[in-house]
Amino acid sequence: MGAKAAENGAKSSSSAPSPPPLKAFFRLKTKQQELLIRVASLALIYVLAFAVRLFSVLRYESMIHEFDPYFNYRTTLFLTRNGFYEFWNWFDSESWYPLGRIIGGTLYPGLMVTAALIYRLLRFLTFAVHIREVCVLTAPFFASNTTIVAYFFGKEIWDSGAGLVAAALIAICPGYISRSVAGSYDNEGVAIFALLFTFYLFVKAVNTGSLAWALASAFGYFYMVSAWGGYVFIINLIPLYVLVLLVTGRYSMRLYVAYNCMYILGMLLAMQIRFVGFQHVQSGEHMAAMGVFFLLQVFYFLDWVKYMLNDKQLFQSFLRITLTFAISVGALALGIGTASGYISPWTGRFYSLLDPTYAKDHIPIIASVSEHQPTAWSSFMFDFHILLFLFPAGLYFCFKRLSDATIFIVMYGLTSMYFAGVMVRLILVAAPAVCLISAIAISATVKNLTSLIRTKGKAPLAVSGKGSSSLKASAKASADQSLPFQHNCAIALLVGAFYLLSRYAIHCTWVTSEAYSSPSIVLAARGAHGGRVIFDDYREAYYWLRQNTPADAKVMSWWDYGYQITAMGNRTVIVDNNTWNNTHIATVGRAMSSYEPEAYEIMQSLDVDYVLVVFGGLTGYSSDDINKFLWMVRIGGGVFPVIKEPDYLVNGEYRVDKGAAPKMLNCLMYKLAYYRFGEMTTEYGKPTGYDRARGVEIGNKDIKLEYLEEAFTTSNWIIRIYKVKPPKNRW
Amino acid sequence: MAKSSSSDAQALIRSLRSAYAATPTKLKIIDLYVVYAITTAVIQIVYMGIVGSFPFNSFLSGILSCVGTAVLAVCLRIQVNKENKEFKDLSPERAFADFVLCNLVLHLVIMNFLG
Repeated sequence: MGAKAAENGAKSSSSAPSPPPLKAFFRLKTKQQELLIRVASLALIYVLAFAVRLFSVLRYESMIHEFDPYFNYRTTLFLTRNGFYEFWNWFDSESWYPLGRIIGGTLYPGLMVTAALIYRLLRFLTFAVHIREVCVLTAPFFASNTTIVAYFFGKEIWDSGAGLVAAALIAICPGYISRSVAGSYDNEGVAIFALLFTFYLFVKAVNTGSLAWALASAFGYFYMVSAWGGYVFIINLIPLYVLVLLVTGRYSMRLYVAYNCMYILGMLLAMQIRFVGFQHVQSGEHMAAMGVFFLLQVFYFLDWVKYMLNDKQLFQSFLRITLTFAISVGALALGIGTASGYISPWTGRFYSLLDPTYAKDHIPIIASVSEHQPTAWSSFMFDFHILLFLFPAGLYFCFKRLSDATIFIVMYGLTSMYFAGVMVRLILVAAPAVCLISAIAISATVKNLTSLIRTKGKAPLAVSGKGSSSLKASAKASADQSLPFQHNCAIALLVGAFYLLSRYAIHCTWVTSEAYSSPSIVLAARGAHGGRVIFDDYREAYYWLRQNTPADAKVMSWWDYGYQITAMGNRTVIVDNNTWNNTHIATVGRAMSSYEPEAYEIMQSLDVDYVLVVFGGLTGYSSDDINKFLWMVRIGGGVFPVIKEPDYLVNGEYRVDKGAAPKMLNCLMYKLAYYRFGEMTTEYGKPTGYDRARGVEIGNKDIKLEYLEEAFTTSNWIIRIYKVKPPKNRW
Repeated sequence: MAKSSSSDAQALIRSLRSAYAATPTKLKIIDLYVVYAITTAVIQIVYMGIVGSFPFNSFLSGILSCVGTAVLAVCLRIQVNKENKEFKDLSPERAFADFVLCNLVLHLVIMNFLG
């Protein structure tokens, strides 16, 4: 070290030109080299996380994907145009006609406010961006920020090596990419960043016991509450963690400071969001946090009294009195609250997490969403790849070196994996935990292996240097004899680890490119000559609506398309993706499944001017309304018993060909989807009216519409719009 | 039985009192502040019981400001108490600054929530 410094001094004193960067790198001290490597890796990971999410922007165009993001985009547009107060107090009469929707009070504003702030900042720096570009790229930007937070979190739990690996893993983890790809302008894109950030700040607060960090974690929690309904996970995991620490005897004063400050300030801040309101003191899902809060007060009070008394017997009697008093008061309060209904029980969406069969029997709307289905093994493998078996390995390492932080990450990992098994959508919540724990496994293993290789390099020198014939030296020599085996083994294992990680990277890139980068609103297929064919029917239909219908026209469609119709078509809809009013949706479902005269009555009562139907028979597109039709029947039948599901099935089978049930062949949905389809030849060698999505020839080819007329059909027949005729004159 | 428990209680109270008298004055002031905050909260709850809880946000903000500042004062006491080994390298000025900052945030949110 001294020689190096002298050499440095000599070099700098001579007036030589600055050495090339590589040589300059090797001149630095080890610590500086390490810092440079770390910063460079983090910068590259940051850019990688952003770049890997850009597939669909490069392949198609910079547009918003899917359904929910269109609502978020519309509200962000409103926010940037009309300001925050208008946004906060917005009552929207363009959806859920004739009820309207109180948008200001029924959304999570975090995402919109974030995008609007970024937009304002960029405009302030005179970048003339359109708000749509900001919206499209918000999710990748926050994914990059998540990798940085993952680095610091890994550093807090284990060491900086684990942090780096965690950042690299989460940058490309498909479980996270699926909901944060460019164009997926949805709450989860920002919420996962907020989740990990809150957890990191809380663990930091517990480790340092500082009020400032606890305050920061309260603000992190506030950001999470403003961003996503999944904040319930935080407000239940953290009290559970505190409870586990209390029970295992690892409690300390730092825990008291961290949890109390975070809970009180976090709860207060969370209640500022109108959508959340008073749930923190009234809803059963938040009672765990309050219970643990009171438990903490009692616990630490007893601890303090015990410390002051110094006399065991007196303390025992005091303990008995206080405990019985506290438990009775707590149980009484909880009992009265739950029995009188003041504390609401766990609601549908979260209750179905505890009892997965609940939604299927009682709430068909929740059961019908594809993201709420239980997860298959293939989804786990698809979304996590090697992390699946690195997760138990990481758990082993965490248990070997238990500390407050590792207990937290173990609990986060186990609970989130349980919930990921119940609902596909929650793989997203498990992704950061799985990446962190796997990173611990990788980092610890690689460290052990490289240290094995390093010691072998030094040991022969030591043995040759000593050259004595004492017992110790010979014993050491014999121990060193076994090392060459270990050395090769270690190198082989390192190569294996490198191979596994590179396969992970290849898999993640492939998955992102093939499975998670489709915008859902623009469909692509391979043409006959291998060229790409684009179906842009959705936007074609919405723009037709926008330009060819009167401004106050009302459009009836299934709730999936509501957000897109209001955002792109700019027309009033009857029901949309918010699904807050089950009866209204059931009314639409009933209209779609009734015969035409009854449906016309319902449409008159709702003031409907146009009906929009999605049909995939010509192109083979399988997410169309005919495949969703049974859900319409179930939801409609759930409220109106006149709609019975067996009426539409034949021997329990759902058919659309000649053998289909008569009610099926004549209901409104069938007629609107297959109108004039009987004359179309769709495939060479098949009869006319061959439905390519179902693979059958349709049963009712000669359809006549009495109360509606066809207004527009897109170029590939994917969207069909019908105009409702006014009632006939009486004479 | 009653006699032994009452003498037990007397012994308890006596030893508690003597142990508490030994705490430094600084901590006793903080304890007094906590008692004051809790008393204010109890008074508010009694008032709510008489008058009803509308508007609920005002009631909640009142209660939570009392409970919040009491809890923050207890945190301050923990950090300033010289007998706590975990906080021995935390200067009391830093603890007090954290206390003031958290109270500031608490009361700003309360004022927004009062309605």
